[in-house]
Amino acid sequence: MATTITVKDLTKRFGDVIAVNRVNLTVEPGSFLTLLGPSGCGKTTLLRCIAGLEDPDEGEIYIGDKLVFSHAKGISIQPGHRDLGLVFQNYALWPHMTVFKNITFALEIQKLPKSELEKRVKEALAEVQMSGYEDRYPREMSGGQQQRIALARMLAYRPKVFLMDEPLSNLDARLRMDMRAELKHLHHVAGATTVYVTHDQVEALTMSSKIAVMKDGLLQQLDTPDRVYHYPANLFVADFIGNPKVNLLDGDANGNNSVTVGDFKVEIATYGMSGKAVVAVRPEDIAISTRPDPGAVEFIAYSVLPSGADSTIVAHRGDIEVTVRVMGISKIRLDEKIWLKFDQQALNLYDKESGNLVVAK
Amino acid sequence: MTNAAITPSPLLPRLLATSRRFFRWVASPHVVLSLIMLAVMFYMVIIPLYRMLMTTITFQENDLRYVRDAVAGEFTAFHWLRMLTSQISKIMTYEPLLHSLTISLGATLLSFTIGGAMAWMVVRTDMPGRKIINVLAVVPYIMPSWTIAMAWKVLFNNGTTGGVPGVLMFVTGQAPPDWLSFGPLPIIVSSALHYYTFFFLFVSAALMSIDSSLEEAGELAGASRWRILRKITFPLVIPALLSGFIMTFSKTMGTFGGPNVLGVPVRYYTLSTMIRSNTTISAYGDAFVLAILLILFSMLTIFLNQKIVGTRKSFETIGGRGFMAQKTKLRNWRGFLTTVIVIFQVLIAVLPLVLLVWSTLMLRTGDYSLSNLSLAHWIGKSDVSINSGEPGVLRNPAIYRGAWNSIKLSLYTAFFTAFLGVILGYAIVKGRGTRLAKIVEQLAFIPYVIPGIAFGAVYISMFTKPVGPIPPLYGTFALLVVVSVAKHIPYSSRTGVSAMLQVGRELEEAAAVAGANAWQRFWRIIFPLTSTGFVSGFLLTFITTMRELSLIILLVTPTTAVLASMTMRYIENGNEQQANAVIILLITLVLIGNFIISRFRGGSLKKGLGM
Repeated sequence: MATTITVKDLTKRFGDVIAVNRVNLTVEPGSFLTLLGPSGCGKTTLLRCIAGLEDPDEGEIYIGDKLVFSHAKGISIQPGHRDLGLVFQNYALWPHMTVFKNITFALEIQKLPKSELEKRVKEALAEVQMSGYEDRYPREMSGGQQQRIALARMLAYRPKVFLMDEPLSNLDARLRMDMRAELKHLHHVAGATTVYVTHDQVEALTMSSKIAVMKDGLLQQLDTPDRVYHYPANLFVADFIGNPKVNLLDGDANGNNSVTVGDFKVEIATYGMSGKAVVAVRPEDIAISTRPDPGAVEFIAYSVLPSGADSTIVAHRGDIEVTVRVMGISKIRLDEKIWLKFDQQALNLYDKESGNLVVAK
Repeated sequence: MTNAAITPSPLLPRLLATSRRFFRWVASPHVVLSLIMLAVMFYMVIIPLYRMLMTTITFQENDLRYVRDAVAGEFTAFHWLRMLTSQISKIMTYEPLLHSLTISLGATLLSFTIGGAMAWMVVRTDMPGRKIINVLAVVPYIMPSWTIAMAWKVLFNNGTTGGVPGVLMFVTGQAPPDWLSFGPLPIIVSSALHYYTFFFLFVSAALMSIDSSLEEAGELAGASRWRILRKITFPLVIPALLSGFIMTFSKTMGTFGGPNVLGVPVRYYTLSTMIRSNTTISAYGDAFVLAILLILFSMLTIFLNQKIVGTRKSFETIGGRGFMAQKTKLRNWRGFLTTVIVIFQVLIAVLPLVLLVWSTLMLRTGDYSLSNLSLAHWIGKSDVSINSGEPGVLRNPAIYRGAWNSIKLSLYTAFFTAFLGVILGYAIVKGRGTRLAKIVEQLAFIPYVIPGIAFGAVYISMFTKPVGPIPPLYGTFALLVVVSVAKHIPYSSRTGVSAMLQVGRELEEAAAVAGANAWQRFWRIIFPLTSTGFVSGFLLTFITTMRELSLIILLVTPTTAVLASMTMRYIENGNEQQANAVIILLITLVLIGNFIISRFRGGSLKKGLGM
C-alpha cells in the first residue's frame, strides 16, 4: 500500500528568489526521507510543493502513479486530493475545536459513518498515547500533547504519505528525544512513505532511511544517513553534518596519494588529483597520544572540553587547528604536547575549487 | 538561465496548460473574493468619484438659469471658473475654505493641548485616579460630535439671530457678545472638546509603548527631566502626535454639525456647510467643486502625514512592552491635578447633557427658572403655540420613524460592514504580496481620504441616475446604507485584516490538506476564528453609524430621515428645543448601544477607536 513520491525538475521562485532549484528526487515506498538544511535552503518550500500548498513554477510531482503537479500540463491537484497528511511545525490544531473534532474534521468531509469516526479517534489517540483526551481544547494541553494530537489527526484519516514540517522543533530537548523514538516507531507501524523536514542533523541521522541535504534551493546530496555522514558529497555537507564539526584542512595534493597540510603530510588516496585540496577528518577519527608515535603529528593542546561521555580537544600546530573527540574524560592538560594520528580509512579529500568529494574515476 | 532541459511542447497542449493555470488562479478563493471586492469598490467608490468629477465639468439642468446658451450635458469649465475666479468665488469658495482651515487648525491645536497634556499626566506621572480619567476621556467622543455645539447654544445664545436665548442671558440679563455666541471660537472649542479623545488615546498609547530604558539611559547620561522629555520622549511620540494631528484636522475639515449649528446662523460658512447650501438649491456642479477641493485638502494632509511619519516609522513602536519604572512625581500637586482633570471631564461630559435636557423642559422659551419646567416638549399634545404645532417628541410619529430609521440604518450598515471586513481581510491577507491584493487594499483606503460630507456629495452624483442594472437610489433608504457601508470600508478592512492575521495560515492549510474545500474552510475554520473580530466590528460600526451626520445629511429625505439629521432639520426650522430633545434621544440610544458593546468586549471601546 505504500507509495512512491517522485519529484522531477522542480523549481519554485518567490519573486527573484529561487527557493527550490530544479530538484529531482524519489522517495521509495514506505521509506523515511528527511529534507535537511539550514533555514532558507528551500526544504520547507519543497515539502509544501509536494503537499500542494504552493504551486511550483516548473517541474512535475508524482505521488504513486498519480501526476499531482505538472507545470507543463497545467495540472495541480488540490492538497485534499493528494492522499497525504501534514504535521505542521506549530501543530496547527484548530483552537475552536475539541480534540475529537480536530481529528474527525477530515473524516466528516469524507462522510464516514459516526461509528467509524469514533473508532478511528480511539485508535489514533491510542497510537499516540493520548486516550481520554477527546474533549480537551488545544489550549488546555501542553506543546508535547498538542503535537501528539496533531499526529493523531494525521493518522486518523490514514493517508498514504506523511509529510512533517519540523514537527519537533517547538518541543524542549528532553521531549524531542522521546518523540523521535515514537515518530520512528509510528512510521514503522503505519508504513507510510514519509517526508520529514528538519534543520536538526541529529534528528535527520537518527530517523531517516535517506537524507536529502539542501542548500540555496539546490539538492546537495541524497543518500543514506551513513553515507551522508561518512562520505559527504561536498564541503557544505561535510561541514553541515557532524557535531563537533568536521576538521577541514587546506593543503596541496600532489597526485601521489598524499596531501601536504602546512608542514606535514597526510597519506590519503588522491585518485590522481593534484592542486589545492581540502582534507576532511571527523573529530572522532583522530587518535590522540601524549607520546610520539610513528606517523603521528605533534600538536599543542589549546583547549580541553570534557562533557562526561566524551571530551573535545582543540589542538594547534602553527595556524592549523584540529578538533579531536575522545571517549570519556580526557586527562590531557592545556599547552601539553600531543601527537595526533588520522584514521586513513576515514579521511575524505575535496577539490578546493569545486568543493566536491574526490572519488575514483 | 538555461532551459535546455525543457523541450518546447506543441502549441495546443501549451495553451491548454496555460489556460488551466489561469483558471486555477482565478478560482482560488482569495482571487475570487478580491475580484468581487474590486467590483464592489469600483461601484461604491470609483464610479461615484468619476461621476462627481464629470458633473463639475458639464452643464447641469440647473445651470440653464445662469448661462443662456448652455446645453445640459455639454463640457464646460463654467463651474470651476465660477467657483474659483468669479466675483462670487470669494463668498462661495475662499471664505469657507479659510474658515474651514481656521476651525480645523484651531480645533486640532486645542485638542492636542488638552489630550496630549492629559495623556502625559495619566501615563507618565504618579497621579491617582488614572482609571476614571481613562474612562471619562472616551465619553465626549461617544456622543454625537455636535452635541457640545448644541449645548453651547443653550448656554451662550444671545438672540441676535433669533432662537431661544441662552442660560447666560437669562441669568445675567445681558446678551453675550457675538464672538462668544457664534462663529469660529465656539465651533473650535466645541469641536476640540469632542476630538481631544483622539489625542488622548494616541498619545497615551505611544507613551505607554516607549521602552522606559531609553529614558533611563538618558537619565544615566546625566540629562535633566525636562531635557529627557524634550530630547527623548517627545521625538519618540512624534509619529503618534502627527497621526493625531492629521486625523483631527481632516475630521474637522469635513465636519458639518458644529459649523451648521454655530456658524450658519451668522453666515460663517465652512466648506461643508457651503456644500450643503449649494446642494439644497440643486447647484450640484458648484457643490461638487467644493467637495473636490475638500477631498484634495484631505488628501494633502494625509499625504503629508505619510511623508513625515513614514520616514520616522522606523522607530514607531519602540521596544514593545515598555515597563514604566519611573514616573514623574507630582508631590503636592497629585490630588489637585486629578481633581481638576476629573472636574473638567465631568463638565464636558455631563454639563452639555444637563443643559440640553433643561432646555427641553422649558415651556416658555428663554425662561430657565424652575417654575417654567414642563414636559410639554416630550409628551405634550400638538399645540399651535408650542413648536409650530408639532406634538411632543414622544408623541410624534416622525420621531419614532427617525429613531427606527437610525436603528435600522445602523444595523444594516454594521452587518454589511462587518461582513465586508471579513471578506476584505481574507482577500488581502491571503493574497499578501500579490499585486491584486495590493490594489484591493489601496482601493479600500480611498474612502478614508474623503471627508464625510464630500462622500455624501459623491453619492448624490452617482445615484440620481441608474448605473448598469442598479436603479437610481437617490432618496431611498438603501442609499444611506450603501454610503455608510462604503465610508466604513477602510475601517472594516483594517479590522478584517488584523482579525485574519490572528489566524495562522497553517490552520487553513491544515484544513485544505484534510480535504476541505474553500467553502468548508471558510465556514468551519476561518469564520469561527475571526468571529470575535466580526462582532466587535459590528458593534463599533453600529455606534458610529448611529451618530453619523456629515455623511448622510445630503442624502436624507423626510421619509428616510434619521435622528441625527432630524436634529439639524429642527434647528434649521427654529425648533431648538425639539432638536435638543431629539439629540437627547439619540444620545440615549448611543449610550445603550455602548453599554451593550462594553458588555461584549470587556469595556474596551478604545481598541476600536484606534482611528
